[in-house]
Amino acid sequence: MIGEIDPVIINLTVFVLAIFVGYHVVWNVTPALHTPLMSVTNAISGIILVGAMLAAGPAETDWGVWLGAVAVTLAAINVFGGFLVSQRMLEMFKKKEKKGNA
Amino acid sequence: MSANMVALAYLVASVFFILALKGLSSPESARRGNLFGMVGMAIAVATTLTLTVNWPLILGCIAVGGVIGALVAQRVQMTAMPELVAFMHSLVGLAAVFIAIAAVNNPVSFGLPEMLPAGSKLELFLGTFIGAMTWSGSVIAFLKLSGRMSGTPIVFSGQHMINLLLAVFMVGFGLWFFFSETTNWTAFIAMTAIAFILGFLIIIPIGGADMPVVISMLNSYSGWAAAGIGFSLGNPMLIIAGSLVGSSGAILSYIMCKAMNRPFLSVILGGFGSDGGTAVVDDGVQKTYRSGSAEDAAFLMGNADSVIIVPGYGLAVARAQHAVKELAELLHEKGVNVRFAIHPVAGRMPGHMNVLLAEAEIPYEQVLEMEEINSDFSNTDVVLVLGANDVVNPAANVPGSPIYGMPILDAHKARTVMVVKRSMAVGYAGLDNDLFYMDKTMMIFGDAKKVVEYMVKAL
Repeated sequence: MIGEIDPVIINLTVFVLAIFVGYHVVWNVTPALHTPLMSVTNAISGIILVGAMLAAGPAETDWGVWLGAVAVTLAAINVFGGFLVSQRMLEMFKKKEKKGNA
Repeated sequence: MSANMVALAYLVASVFFILALKGLSSPESARRGNLFGMVGMAIAVATTLTLTVNWPLILGCIAVGGVIGALVAQRVQMTAMPELVAFMHSLVGLAAVFIAIAAVNNPVSFGLPEMLPAGSKLELFLGTFIGAMTWSGSVIAFLKLSGRMSGTPIVFSGQHMINLLLAVFMVGFGLWFFFSETTNWTAFIAMTAIAFILGFLIIIPIGGADMPVVISMLNSYSGWAAAGIGFSLGNPMLIIAGSLVGSSGAILSYIMCKAMNRPFLSVILGGFGSDGGTAVVDDGVQKTYRSGSAEDAAFLMGNADSVIIVPGYGLAVARAQHAVKELAELLHEKGVNVRFAIHPVAGRMPGHMNVLLAEAEIPYEQVLEMEEINSDFSNTDVVLVLGANDVVNPAANVPGSPIYGMPILDAHKARTVMVVKRSMAVGYAGLDNDLFYMDKTMMIFGDAKKVVEYMVKAL
């Protein structure tokens, strides 16, 4: 039965379920952390890096590979920049917490 | 690695991404959440490396991008966070377009058949145009947020008609690409070019204070672009991660619209205050206001029992967060109960004020959201409004006002109100603010940072 299903349908299933997960998880994010939420999701959308790596992957180098290489660089900026800046911001929220408790 | 192993590793990475977002439900678990995100990404990248042969090229590019990203993350000012986020959205959009073009050029390297099947073409079409619009829209948002381009809406007649026509053409070229038997580059490139232009045109009519909605919306787009590429490549991890980001951005847009009581569509169609319906009504009466000095204000606050500070975009512009922290500390030492009230759309992005106050090390117990603190204004001695306007405009309670129904901070209910502002100029909604003319209100003109510094000195 599973073999007869078009992969697109399976992907669609994953897509719809993931939206539900996202919906429920994000509503629980505290409003004070909405800016870090944006930078973390920004880093996560850098997952497109995986697609970029495949584009830059083939052994025979044509212009498509170079395009992929540029995409890898762009996505890497996103991944590193996004996670590190989130870390920096969240560090600030942490520091305050210690102070507040003291 | 076998295809099954790869798929399993991708599943693990996806779970980490969900945990990353889940961590953000409280400041205590947020750092761990961010760490989970990094782990997920590391697994995803390491797994993908096993599928490629061009290691030196790929790792080199990741290193270059990583260094740039790390430097940017380290150097960026907290007040410039909205620009940074817009900038990063644009990168995702552009990367999506490049990947789609590379996939059309060489489908085999993505595990797709040599001749692209109809389904893949449709998915590539979706991924490309969402990516292209994300890129150009984010570039405009970046220029507006960083002040390199005026924040005032750019509107011209027939704007919506042109956008609609372009959209129709874009879909038309998309269909041509879709139904062509061979790879139809003309249609693909024309479609992509129109999507770029459309992204510009959609964002230019949207003004500065609507930026929280725009930036959330572009956040959402960047997620959908990733999900679109995930569909093209048949990669469930990209679909999951993209959908998480897409729904997160959509929820933020919804929260922001709700906080402004504006329908999403009217924000997107843009040009608040320019559609004729919201013109400022001048009733001809010369209203008088009372202005005072920073020293007077400091004296009043020093003798109060409770003070609520309402920060707005003006605080970010003046980079006054550290001065404000000093003020709050001094007042606290004098036994004054100091708290901060944050309106959801204060600043230029969701949570903007919270981050600035966090940077200044203001304990987050003192920083309260609108619903938490609104009932306390009526028994508060002094409210200090720092560079905010529309979010404390009592006109929101008056039926018929353009901003009627927008939830506001009830600053006007406090015993004394002090407003730090550069001039009597109207806020984004183009409305006069009755709060400024109340008998209990004192206006203090000047740059937020300088005024607060004077207050600190006076205390």
